[in-house]
Amino acid sequence: MDVHVFWTALIAAIPAGTPYLFATLGEIYAERSGILNLGVEGMMIMGAVTAFGTTLSTGNPWLGVLAAAIVGGLMASIHAFISITLRANQTVSGLALTMFGLGLSGLIGRRYIGTPLPARLPRWHIPVLGDIPLLGPLFFQHDPLVYLSLLLVLVMGFILFYTRPGITIRSVGESPATADAMGVNVFLVRYVCTIIGGMLAGLGGAYLSVVYTPAWIEGMTAGAGWIAIALTIFALWSPFRALLGAYLFGGVKVLQYRLQPLGISPNLLNMLPFVLTIVVLLAATGEVQRKRIGMPAALGIPYERGEK
Amino acid sequence: MGRRIRFEKRAVVSPTVSVVANLVSLILALLVIALVFRVIGLNPWEVYRRMFSGAFGSKYGLSETLVKTIPLLMAGVGLALAFRALVWNIGAEGQLLMGAVAATWVALFAMPNAPAWILIPTMFVAGFIAGAIWAIIPAFLKAKYETNEVITTLMMVYIAEEFVNYLVYGPWKGAAEWGFPYSDKFPDAAQLPLWGTTRVHYPTLILAILAAIVVYFMVQRTRWGYEIRVTGENPTAARYAGIDSVKVILTVMLISGGLAGMAGVGEVAGVHHRLRVAQGISAGYGFTAIIVAWLARLNPLGVIVTAFLFGGLLVGGDTLQVSLQLPVATIDLFNGVILFFILASEVLTRYKIVWHAEDLST
Amino acid sequence: MTASETLVRMEHIVKRFPGVVANAGVTFEAAAGEVHALLGENGAGKTTLMNILYGIYQPDEGEIYIRGQEVRIRSPRDAIALGIGMVHQHFMLVHPHTVAENIILGLSDVPFAYPDRAVKEKIAEFSERYGLRVDPDAYIWQLSAGEQQRVEIVKALYRGAEILILDEPTSMLTPQETQELFGILRRMAEEGRTIIFITHKLEEVMAVSDRVTVLRKGKVVGTMKTSETNQRELARLMVGREVLFQLDKPPATPGKVVLEVERLNALNDKGVPALRDVSFVIREGEILGIAGVAGNGQKELVEVITGLRPATQGRVLIDGEDVTNKSPREILAKGVAHVPEERMHMGMVPNMSIAENLILKTYDRPPFSRGLFLDPKAIREHAERVVKEYGVSTPSIWTPVKLLSGGNIQRVILARELSIKPRLIVASHPTYGLDVGATEYVRKLLIEQRNKGVAILLVSEDLEEIFALSDRIAVMFEGRIMGILDAEQADVETVGALMAGIQPGGEAD
Repeated sequence: MDVHVFWTALIAAIPAGTPYLFATLGEIYAERSGILNLGVEGMMIMGAVTAFGTTLSTGNPWLGVLAAAIVGGLMASIHAFISITLRANQTVSGLALTMFGLGLSGLIGRRYIGTPLPARLPRWHIPVLGDIPLLGPLFFQHDPLVYLSLLLVLVMGFILFYTRPGITIRSVGESPATADAMGVNVFLVRYVCTIIGGMLAGLGGAYLSVVYTPAWIEGMTAGAGWIAIALTIFALWSPFRALLGAYLFGGVKVLQYRLQPLGISPNLLNMLPFVLTIVVLLAATGEVQRKRIGMPAALGIPYERGEK
Repeated sequence: MGRRIRFEKRAVVSPTVSVVANLVSLILALLVIALVFRVIGLNPWEVYRRMFSGAFGSKYGLSETLVKTIPLLMAGVGLALAFRALVWNIGAEGQLLMGAVAATWVALFAMPNAPAWILIPTMFVAGFIAGAIWAIIPAFLKAKYETNEVITTLMMVYIAEEFVNYLVYGPWKGAAEWGFPYSDKFPDAAQLPLWGTTRVHYPTLILAILAAIVVYFMVQRTRWGYEIRVTGENPTAARYAGIDSVKVILTVMLISGGLAGMAGVGEVAGVHHRLRVAQGISAGYGFTAIIVAWLARLNPLGVIVTAFLFGGLLVGGDTLQVSLQLPVATIDLFNGVILFFILASEVLTRYKIVWHAEDLST
Repeated sequence: MTASETLVRMEHIVKRFPGVVANAGVTFEAAAGEVHALLGENGAGKTTLMNILYGIYQPDEGEIYIRGQEVRIRSPRDAIALGIGMVHQHFMLVHPHTVAENIILGLSDVPFAYPDRAVKEKIAEFSERYGLRVDPDAYIWQLSAGEQQRVEIVKALYRGAEILILDEPTSMLTPQETQELFGILRRMAEEGRTIIFITHKLEEVMAVSDRVTVLRKGKVVGTMKTSETNQRELARLMVGREVLFQLDKPPATPGKVVLEVERLNALNDKGVPALRDVSFVIREGEILGIAGVAGNGQKELVEVITGLRPATQGRVLIDGEDVTNKSPREILAKGVAHVPEERMHMGMVPNMSIAENLILKTYDRPPFSRGLFLDPKAIREHAERVVKEYGVSTPSIWTPVKLLSGGNIQRVILARELSIKPRLIVASHPTYGLDVGATEYVRKLLIEQRNKGVAILLVSEDLEEIFALSDRIAVMFEGRIMGILDAEQADVETVGALMAGIQPGGEAD
């Protein structure tokens, strides 16, 4: 295979993986606090349609992106209310949100089909660094949201592992009773993390409709939300590892058709994230492994304070 | 000083309360959806009217509703069983697809020349086994390693989808289909007989109804059913009683997956007569079946009713697509909102609101 | 050391829970620089009292004074602000995190970034002063129980605790670790802090405390300087010496050995040994009562015998047959009935009907099952008969069990367990939470069974009950049998002393 083709594919992996990255970062925070959010797909697609529509009517793609984040956050707050305050079944709540998002976005997006975007986000070309042969295009010629996602990886990873709020979040997901006894407001922490998760999912969807494609197509997330959920596990709940995972899966997405002439079926390739997730999940269960690897112990279990 | 509202757990939720709550949820859901339609600029009553007449207003509509009821019923019964034992099988969609794959294999490759009376039962058996295997893997992981079955069954869905697509784009691509992602057409003997001029593949329907009845009786009347109910209601007591929870989880998933697999057989052998891309075989039957099972309060006989209801809903959705050019995903909207309200009503019926006049000093 | 100032004073504390008065007008005080032991059996009210001090409960009546000022402690936050810290019996630590991360959890005055750095210096300080060796970077799951406890203590000290409450602190420690702990506590007291130490172990009271307050049944029965008392006196205060209620009981005529437990060893849920070389026998027609403060291995003993917990060493024999580590079902088949401690949580399926709960152990055999199917007629008939026989008060046999009163639930359980015509009944706290009428019924039933030749293992925290029902009494302490006494000859003082860990004067068991 042509090296040049390979290299351009590698460069393309980054924008391809960026929606996954946003959504995964959000889901990592939600799950770290103990909330399983299966509504990512719904939040992403609602983000996509919101961003597209807002950009269309205001002419400003940044507003579109912002609106997408807000919508994602709103949807997540519903999930948060049902899961945290009502202590209902998180799985079902997430699924319902996904279905709702898919349906509503389809309806809203009817009139956007085939409409071109009036404005696009600029492609940044970082001076000097962007001119380096080979590495330039790879790292320094992307759109601002890519850089935002990278920044978020650093910031969110740093906060989670090296700061006081990070300890709080992780403790809430591991042992909410202990955190509660130490005066932490478990409900608040979970609410915040879940809503952050939704906002970032919305952002990921916005990227798809406003930057990556850019267009509105019904169902355009095409399972990106489920991949993000898989990625969260694959990344072992670490924003840093999520970076690698997202670009890996983005690369797979980009390469799937280019590898076809080599006899590798794109469909089998697409299976990979899901198979790997099961493998990782299996390795991550079991008390000892869990402690070393980091699946939050209280994930998916509603917290009910015992008699106080 | 002041009044405080507290939620107190209700001692017992009577069946009447549950049914009423479900009905109320449905009505509220429809109202909310009507609101959404209104906001988008559609007349909700027009939408509902068309849906209803499309699904139930004509013989054709009713028959189409039955066609959609079949997989929902078959898979729904299996899910009602699994959820009863607190095994969260979210992967019925994948098990359904694998059942379809197995039927295709039997019809096109294993015994393409066999007569119908051998072919059809074999397809169903193969479909059952395929679905069961697909479900057993996550079940085994849960029983042995306590791996979260919500995620594993879900992942298996997407693996199954990609697998089906791989087959129809690749090795099983039909010779006679000019590059379309279809497998070859099933031999006549493998095509399920239909009821009159409708598309209702009645053998599957009969099997599904039988399944509902059999599962209902199994759960109520057999030792095994008793074990399932105890495990689902109070796992600690189940252990104390000496019930082997591993056995319960595995058998329940086996049957749940198997039934979903049979639903898949019905779709390929009864409706499409070939294997197609995953989206073409099942537009979310496995997920809709979750709602079907829940709405029926995990009662297999109740699933017969709720499956029919949702079958009508799906047909109504198709009608909207044709007559109002609404997107296919509109049905997801219905599903999502209904599921929400069922969930909310479940929570609210678990508790009653109590007013406290005195100061709570916490 | 200057004259000790009274740091804590709790006056006339009353706390009621549904059905029981945990604290019935308790007055308690502790001074600066002292180690004050709170002694009593379970249910005496000592943990409740301290939970009130720590803000977990609110008293119904009474006042609390800290450093002379009246205070209202509405939550642990208030308590911490007043300089009160508590180390609970079951540690509250996040296992996959480091020591430092656990210590700073919930604190607001540590730096935003790399907070664990700031912590390390202060931890080192405590290590120096009190010998509280903890490695701030160690993960909790790597630490032993003793080390984890030290983390809990540092956690409290870090928040400025001058009054430190420890609830049964030595329950998970080795003797070595216990000595180290005592050293640490003494040093903290010498610095002027107040240590309140909840325990039921007399040896420890004598070893480390300056003063001791004894609670019994929610009241203070004595407060004294440790140097002015001894173990026997404390034991007597702890269990009382009233004449006990005697049931009408013909003398025992024990027959063959039914249950034999031979050098049984087992671990508890935390992996710490809970049973150490436990041996005893029970014969037909006799009741062996296990006396002891809860948490000394009784729960694990019951679970091993009924097949719910593995034994690490030793044997359990029923009618001579080795049933060690067999499944609960197999053991049940040998004729072992189990009346469990947690009625609703373990013994019943709350949402299911009485009839269905009655067959919980026997559903898989005739007459309730024929082949694969349950026989609804047989189930119904059995339920109707049994409900009458055992006097279960209920509108119907199909009523969900969770609607029944405690006494009726216990009747259903007894009906179910006794219907298998058992050889051995393992009864764990059978009258806990029941009213007088129900309690009497259960006790009479047990005596009846014993008279019919059934062997009974009775575990109970209620010493009165042990004395009333048992033919022989075995006392458990820290997983060992301290002694087995003939009920006729045993007196409360002796039993109380054994329960509190005092070695028997004469021969060991």
